[in-house]
Amino acid sequence: MSLISESQVILDLSYPDRHEATRALAATLVADGRCTDLDLFLSDVRKREEQMATGLPGGIGIPHARSAGITTPSLVFGRSRDGIDWGAEDGPATLIFLIAAPDGGGEAHLAILAKLARKLMRKEFRQSLTDAVTEAEVVEIVEREVVNA
Amino acid sequence: MKFVGVTSCPTGIAHTYMAAEALEQAAKDAGHEMIVETQGSAGSDPIPQSVIDAADAVVFAHDLPVKDAHRFAGKPTVDVGVKRAISDGPGLIAQAVAAAADFKANPAKAAAAAAAAPSGGLVTKVDSSAGLGTQIRQWLMTGVSYMIPFVAAGGILIALGFMLAQVALGENGAIDITKYDIVAKDAAFSIMDSFNPFSLTMWAALLFRVGVAAFGFLVPVLSGFIAYAIADRPGLVPGFVGGALAGTMGAGFLGGLVTGILSGLVARWISRWKVAKGVRGIMPVVVTPLLSTLIVGGLFVIVLGRPIKALMESLTNGLNSLGVGGGLVLGLVLGAMMGFDLGGPVNKVAYTFATTGITTAGLATNAPQFKIMAAVMAAGMVAPLGLALATTLRPKLFTEPERENGRAAWLLGASFISEGAIPFAAADPVRIIASSVVGSAVTGALCMAFGATSRAPHGGIWVLPLIGNFLLFVLALLVGVAIMAGLTVALKSRDHSPARANA
Repeated sequence: MSLISESQVILDLSYPDRHEATRALAATLVADGRCTDLDLFLSDVRKREEQMATGLPGGIGIPHARSAGITTPSLVFGRSRDGIDWGAEDGPATLIFLIAAPDGGGEAHLAILAKLARKLMRKEFRQSLTDAVTEAEVVEIVEREVVNA
Repeated sequence: MKFVGVTSCPTGIAHTYMAAEALEQAAKDAGHEMIVETQGSAGSDPIPQSVIDAADAVVFAHDLPVKDAHRFAGKPTVDVGVKRAISDGPGLIAQAVAAAADFKANPAKAAAAAAAAPSGGLVTKVDSSAGLGTQIRQWLMTGVSYMIPFVAAGGILIALGFMLAQVALGENGAIDITKYDIVAKDAAFSIMDSFNPFSLTMWAALLFRVGVAAFGFLVPVLSGFIAYAIADRPGLVPGFVGGALAGTMGAGFLGGLVTGILSGLVARWISRWKVAKGVRGIMPVVVTPLLSTLIVGGLFVIVLGRPIKALMESLTNGLNSLGVGGGLVLGLVLGAMMGFDLGGPVNKVAYTFATTGITTAGLATNAPQFKIMAAVMAAGMVAPLGLALATTLRPKLFTEPERENGRAAWLLGASFISEGAIPFAAADPVRIIASSVVGSAVTGALCMAFGATSRAPHGGIWVLPLIGNFLLFVLALLVGVAIMAGLTVALKSRDHSPARANA
């Protein structure tokens, strides 16, 4: 199973706070069984956010958790025109990457998430996601740059 | 410049890798080279030690403790939280450049950091990318470096105990003192029951017994830390237990080398098993130590128990067939045996042969039994003294811990404590045993030829009044020591192994 599908892309994410936004993003994982326990996953993500907010300079938010409620390493991508406060010092996040990993599990299949994390630091990668017009385009970019790279 | 780094974060799936990417990019943009070890959930490939050694500075961007941080000890270090690396990679690289420059400009600071480095935790000197021969030497050196303080502390205590005993109890003091024990059936000899701060004898007994207790750790510590060098923490339990068994079975330090290497390999093998998630949690605490200790302990006792016993029996029979009148040849053989395994089975057979002899009732003062005892004692003093001399003559051929052990070995050798040579022999068995056997054999033969005698079973120079023909005894000893030191230096000079350069 790949990291992301079109249903895991929300190009117009408009929620006032990050917890609601996270719930909306996470909910996309339930339908195809990537997430089997939404509340558990959300509480795991929240715990991580409480340790230290995951907003990063440059309008990025990367809520993430390893959770027993997750079956497959997954990415949900959300884009917010107005931005959502994700705790970064330089302002709200416009690109949100919700990263979900199964609890425990082999190291090998977590390598894909490591690759994704490294890509997030690349300006070109972020720009191409900012510019993407359709959900299919986002999936295509992630597949090309992360999964098949 | 060249940098290395470590990144980690609580979840281990995002920040760890983003920080690594940020650092590597920033370094590249600034024209430097950088390798980052990501200690995250996708497993981490340790940076080769050679790369770390070549780095100008280290960047730790971490929210979790850096694993095996000792590998980076002594390097200029920039230490920040993981988020700093993500938000300001270029700034951290600039800091690393400054730290490296500062280090170069202040050699005193650099030296202080390097000196402080080994105290940062248990240290192994193992470069896993090295060849097998080098790796084995590094394993042995790790065990030896932990054993040396035990040799020095225990040996000096025992020597001081002998010395005090001679003062307190007269010319048989160093012999009588061994009747005392921490706990003894006869309360008069039990230090625990009868210690009296005004009794010099009790102090002597205390020093001696505490020293003996320290010596009880020699083989287990050697074995345990060889295993630790191979397998990291999982190696400790089988290594120590195996070493203790080797000690109990009289297998000496050679037995300890076997249990150490075996334990390390077994523990490393077991700790790499792919196991079900439920079992993984109890692997390091229960499963690995349990299985590896059982395997190593069982194998050692079952497989090597009888051969060691058979070896000792056949050696004893051989000596008995030579008989106490064996003269020069007997001295040569006994000397070689004393120098061979320094407290191991072969050494023990020779020593027991001598000490059993002198207990024969009604011996004349120049009976062959006393000559044998003198030959055995002199031969047993050769290895530590020969190595003390070798480290003094050619310090560059030895590691710093070995040189320090060499200084203690003067006193240990003079006190007939052969264990003073074990650290050298354990680190470099072939060369040291070869020189020790030759030097000790020469001393044993000369001592017999000169007709020196000893009525004391141990004590070295502290039982001087009990040695007949003392000057010839010393002459025999000095010749052997000179030969041993010469051979050690010659054999070691021919070898420019990287083990010593690293250590």
